Amino acid sequence: MDFSIASILALDGVTNGAVYALLALATVLVFAVTRVIFIPQGEFVAFGALTLAMLQLGKVPGTVWFLIVLAVGAALSDLVSGLRHGQSMARIGRNLASTLVYPLAISGLVIWAAPQNFPLLVQALLTLALVTPFGGLIYRLAFESLADASVLVLLIVSVGTHFALTGLGLFFFGAEGYRNPSFWDARFSFGPLALSGQTVIIFLASIALIVALWLFFERSLYGKALRATAINRLGARLMGISTDGAGRATFTVAAFIGALSGLLIGPTTTIFYDSGFLIGLKGFVAAVFAGLSSYPQAMAGALAVGLLESFGSFWASAFKEVIVFGSIVPVLLWRSLRDPHTEEH
Amino acid sequence: MIPRKFGFPLFAAAMLALPLLPLPDFWITQLNYIGLYALVSLGLVLLTGVAGLTSFGQAAFVGVGAYTAAFLSVKLGFSPWITLFIGVGLSVLVALLLGAITLRMSGHYLPLATIAWGLALNYTMANMEWLGKYDGILGVPPISFAGFNLGSGRGIYVLIWLFALGGALAVTHLLDSRPGRAIRSIKDGTTMAEAMGISTFRYKVIAFVLAAMLAAVSGWLFAHFQRTVNPSPFGIHRGIEYLFIAVLGGVGHVWGAFIGAAVVKIVEDQLQTLLPALIGTSGNFEIIVFGLVLIAVLKYAPEGLWTFIGRWMPAHRRERDWANAAPLPARDKPATGELLLEVDAVRKEFGGLVAVNDVSFNIRAGDIVGLIGPNGAGKSTTFNLITGVLSLTRGQVKFRGQSVGGQASRDIARLGVSRTFQHVKMIPEMTVLENVALGGYLRTSSGTVKAMLRLDRDEERRLFAEAERQLERIGMAGQMHELAGNLALGPQRLMEIARALCTDPALLLLDEPAAGLRHKEKQALGDVLRQLKREGMSILLVEHDMDFVMGLTDRIVVMEFGTRLIEGTPEEVQASPVVRAAYLGTEH
Repeated sequence: MDFSIASILALDGVTNGAVYALLALATVLVFAVTRVIFIPQGEFVAFGALTLAMLQLGKVPGTVWFLIVLAVGAALSDLVSGLRHGQSMARIGRNLASTLVYPLAISGLVIWAAPQNFPLLVQALLTLALVTPFGGLIYRLAFESLADASVLVLLIVSVGTHFALTGLGLFFFGAEGYRNPSFWDARFSFGPLALSGQTVIIFLASIALIVALWLFFERSLYGKALRATAINRLGARLMGISTDGAGRATFTVAAFIGALSGLLIGPTTTIFYDSGFLIGLKGFVAAVFAGLSSYPQAMAGALAVGLLESFGSFWASAFKEVIVFGSIVPVLLWRSLRDPHTEEH
Repeated sequence: MIPRKFGFPLFAAAMLALPLLPLPDFWITQLNYIGLYALVSLGLVLLTGVAGLTSFGQAAFVGVGAYTAAFLSVKLGFSPWITLFIGVGLSVLVALLLGAITLRMSGHYLPLATIAWGLALNYTMANMEWLGKYDGILGVPPISFAGFNLGSGRGIYVLIWLFALGGALAVTHLLDSRPGRAIRSIKDGTTMAEAMGISTFRYKVIAFVLAAMLAAVSGWLFAHFQRTVNPSPFGIHRGIEYLFIAVLGGVGHVWGAFIGAAVVKIVEDQLQTLLPALIGTSGNFEIIVFGLVLIAVLKYAPEGLWTFIGRWMPAHRRERDWANAAPLPARDKPATGELLLEVDAVRKEFGGLVAVNDVSFNIRAGDIVGLIGPNGAGKSTTFNLITGVLSLTRGQVKFRGQSVGGQASRDIARLGVSRTFQHVKMIPEMTVLENVALGGYLRTSSGTVKAMLRLDRDEERRLFAEAERQLERIGMAGQMHELAGNLALGPQRLMEIARALCTDPALLLLDEPAAGLRHKEKQALGDVLRQLKREGMSILLVEHDMDFVMGLTDRIVVMEFGTRLIEGTPEEVQASPVVRAAYLGTEH
């Protein structure tokens, strides 16, 4: 290996690492606010990439029907709990409307827009608008009524959600894989290094999102409310912060980050309905590097995972996944030596 | 109704005699799979349902057992009876490594590590030339035993079900034993178990290793039943499915593993033909149903399907067979007046907050010392410093002349310091007697293997005799067969005292034993403590209730804002203007 190969591998690793960093941030965020270890984070990546691919083909993406199914499911649970608690018809109607209006509206818009062959950027925005509401709906259907359960139960539910979403992904997208076109076809060379426009976009988008998240949590009142929920649910509730609302908002942010990651990674690799699992788990390994708690460490971990993967695939391509997932063992060892206390659970 | 003790032999005999019936081969094959799945899920019952940990990597342990069997018998010509031990040994090594790394940290690191381990192992299998890559290893020889060929469906059926039923019996035995109660005690936090002298880390590792062993045995059987192995049945999704089986069946119950395995296997086959036909394309659509059912079970029936069957089973009632049991060994007690506990300038800082500020006092054998003070005075923190739950920032604690500062609470318990808790800590689904027997952990020695083989009965009888004696001592012998969770708060606190007494302590530490008790219950508690004092017990009592403390103690230490205010007899303390100021405020 000479310097030029190393620099190409490093660039490749850092590019993927930037996407893993986004997923790692989402994982840490979801765990901090809701204590859910969110295994299906990667599913949003596949949904994002595949939705854009369908729009590119001028077809109505399966995500539309998927979203309607989830929204109707959430509306039904609204209805049942409304009737059970003896709420007035007007109130039940308002709840149903607030659950259904956005998903149905965006679905209608996408059905209309799909055959129009809009520019790539418009389709990307439609994709984000379509996949983002999945987060809140999934939280409501799977996790909300279990919000006070143990981390272990939530983790098992999370795995069940992953199962259901993967199967439904197969149903709505089919078994075929797609590769999206680049957002920007420009190429820049710096000596041996060739930087593609897509790489530049990945970096810029990741940095922009990280800065936006930082501003949100440090500067906005709602961001601070979410952090308060993360530290103490009961305390936050006594301060008038809705912990259910916090959970939904967090999952919505997670879905947005997932969909965006899907758009970013879509042009660099072929995405199948179940590709998200492995991509998400790599973000997840990065989050474990950070003990599921520190955002800067999660970002560092994500870059490490990306580099490990690119150099691993150069030296032992068949074993790159083994190397990436095996690396969690020494990291956990380091964490347990550094911070050996066990907490009550 | 059939008495409970005949239930298992009858069921086992029926299952093992089944292949004699003219059952179609299809159903024998199904039952073979059910036995194999149940064996793996049995491990998860122990790990998840009993110990409160979980693993998504059990399929990988199955893979270790299966690949070891296939590789060694096909490539190197080993006998299957040798590969069984090698496969189980390998999975034990992996489980020890993963457990040693993750089980000292909070509970969710084990499942995370097992996800990574499952994925990594699966990719390794799929890429190793000498393991046949994705094609795996073909032509695994059948098992033969004493001239019988166990290769056919009916032949291996007997072997599979012998292992599955044997596993169930061993786990059932384990759960009703000294190590079993220790494993049950780690589910809801570790403080109480450690205070009883149990190394919670050790039992977490044991539970994980046992689960891995059961999975590896299932893999060994699988390889010789299928006669071929390839990576796909050992992937992460199958690992999740095993957990699904355990949760669906009832994750806290041994037989839940079997019910879950049967339901999942039969329904899975139906769904695999029904769903693709319904949808029109092929694919693993059954995972949608599995995922949704898993979520629904955890939400609406967390005890799984076993709840619907278990309620028809006769309730287990322990037979009182310890009437003539020999007493457990007792420690030599300190002579009255001997210096027992020396607390010397102990200090605890949480960041900038000094919770306990250089507090000193002594306890002599036979004394009842009260530790009182307003809310937030640092009483419970002092208590936790003495018992090793919190680490000292500075200062020294000596017990019977030996320095115990900085030691783990289970080591301090071993020296003869036993305690109760401000918020009762117990195992609600065990009986009062079993909860009290937990206190005798350090006075007994039976290990996991002994318990599984039922070689621990003599010691168990001695332990239960001791536990009953302690319950009699506090007047609760009549309630010993009740579930601890069904007791009112007063009896629960008394039960904690009996549990502490069962450790044969030289010093008893009671953390607010009267908190939340009604008047009558307080009187009963006071009588018990006075009786213990007559018997020569030394007690340190943290309490709020002034009347209670004044009538009971020999000496009182008063704390305020982390510092010792005054120490003296109850009369001196009552007369002290500083104490009045601390409790009622000063006149200005």
